Amino acid sequence: MSVEARPAGHTGRRKGDRFAVVPDVEVRTYYDQPVIREPTWTWEIPWYLFSGGLAGASATLALAARLAGDDDLARALERAALAGTLASPVLLVSDLGRPSRFSHMLRVFKPTSPMSMGSWILAGFGPAAVGAAVLGELGWFPRLRRAAQLAAGVLGPALATYTAVLLADTAVPVWHEARRELPFVFAGGALASAGGAACVLAPPPASGPARRAAALGVGVELLAAKVMEDRLGTLAEPYRLEPARRWKRLAAVLGLTGAAVLASTPRRSRLAAVAGGGFVMAGAACERLAVFKAGFTSARDPRATVAPQQARAASGGAGR
Amino acid sequence: MTTIEPLVEHAPVADHIEPGVRYGFFTDTSVCIGCKACEVACKEWNGVPDRPLRFTGRSYDNTGKLGADTWRHVAFVEQPAAGGAVGGGAVGDGGLRWLMSSDVCKHCTHAACLDVCPTGALFRTEFDTVVVQSDVCNGCGYCVPACPFGVIDRRESDGLAWKCTLCYDRLRDDLHPACAKACPTESIQFGPLDELRARAGERVQELRARGVDEARLYLHDEADGIGGAGAFFLLLDQPEVYGLPPDPVDTTRDVGSMWRAAGVAALGLAGAAFAVVAGGRR
Repeated sequence: MSVEARPAGHTGRRKGDRFAVVPDVEVRTYYDQPVIREPTWTWEIPWYLFSGGLAGASATLALAARLAGDDDLARALERAALAGTLASPVLLVSDLGRPSRFSHMLRVFKPTSPMSMGSWILAGFGPAAVGAAVLGELGWFPRLRRAAQLAAGVLGPALATYTAVLLADTAVPVWHEARRELPFVFAGGALASAGGAACVLAPPPASGPARRAAALGVGVELLAAKVMEDRLGTLAEPYRLEPARRWKRLAAVLGLTGAAVLASTPRRSRLAAVAGGGFVMAGAACERLAVFKAGFTSARDPRATVAPQQARAASGGAGR
Repeated sequence: MTTIEPLVEHAPVADHIEPGVRYGFFTDTSVCIGCKACEVACKEWNGVPDRPLRFTGRSYDNTGKLGADTWRHVAFVEQPAAGGAVGGGAVGDGGLRWLMSSDVCKHCTHAACLDVCPTGALFRTEFDTVVVQSDVCNGCGYCVPACPFGVIDRRESDGLAWKCTLCYDRLRDDLHPACAKACPTESIQFGPLDELRARAGERVQELRARGVDEARLYLHDEADGIGGAGAFFLLLDQPEVYGLPPDPVDTTRDVGSMWRAAGVAALGLAGAAFAVVAGGRR
């Protein structure tokens, strides 16, 4: 590429690109180089978004089931919460640049850092969810067991939704500008995956509430994702590009298929419950992958960073 | 061909570096000659690992961008010189205008990297600069996508986050930062921030009086989205031309609304959980 042919600060509009981020604004860039940096986070993080959501929503559903006296359902949900809880710290620690320093996460308590708050939420939720599941199986220490169930059930929704703040509190346009909708996408996905897991684990006759949770969760997740993309406008481009597009489509197909299977099959069919629940869980995982991947595409595109800032600067700037 | 004389007359910087005073950089790109002495001095003093050099084809910029192993980066922008080629930047025979600018961590007043750091590894020093404590950092990487300038990054070899310290060790020993010391044209000026701001204001006026209408200050204003920077610039074109964001914000200024949205979603999730169970086993 000769310098004359493409000097720095050239007009970066991509003509004829039907997915152009900002079709009508000319954005000059420094050799098309990204302005912000894409995250260093690796494959563990989208799976943690899933496992944390599964654990949190399962614990809350389990508490509701315990209070309603539905112990079969509650036990299945407590097991789902246990699985999500055991996977979460392993995924998180493995993503650290220095895994041996994981305990530094609890050096400070910082509301401006969603990761700090999440660490404290997980530190409170984890032992409670493990205690609820283990004591529930063994039948020991009923009072301690109830306290653990209560603590896990109360902290569950926080665990399932703080991860949306974690992503939104970055300079990545497709995450930051979705800060109002992302918690609802994640809450819906969490409810869906917990319902799906309970369909897999619970005795089929007890799976009624789990089927409803799965269907409601899928609906909320897909609707919130739609609203999010509509409000993002041109910034939603990463969802129309690979790799996020593939995961987004898979999320919709798997989630809706799973919900349809659960809604249309007889309650006593174990196979249908396992298949439907499994599809719903897989759909929820794919939605997290779509959101995660879209962030990288967004961070890599200098136009996504520059164009909205130019528009804001033209109307007075971001001054506090 | 218009040349711009370096600014030679300015108030001397206080020779003693006082804790409690905010220090910073004023990078006057109108006198940058692209020698990269700042890059070299920074690497040498701070022991920043080198990277295999590669040819980018982007003018004289083979450094690329700021990162874990690049704490000063000289950008080279080549533009067709507009009619008459009046103004800043070196204008040669080829009809090109050459803009050079030494980029660095901005040491923001409202620093997103510091706000989101979950371990407290990033902290604000007694000189109002932002520094990573490498013995505390656990390499979570949250600062990396939080920075609106793409400055801080995690180093592959040790898994820790690294960036410019504004030569914290040198300041404590009454020494100016290595890059500013090495700069042969006083493009990089170090000093108390209020002195630098006053000097920059005069400099931009002087340039405009000479007909350099495109001279502008970048990140000098405390009312901007990061509360002003400790390292600010005089540029000769729009910031994005140098790879800088035109109107950066500290992402955590919206964190209150984010927590509120998450709180509503969490309550909704709890309500939905109880509602589906309340329907009974049917």
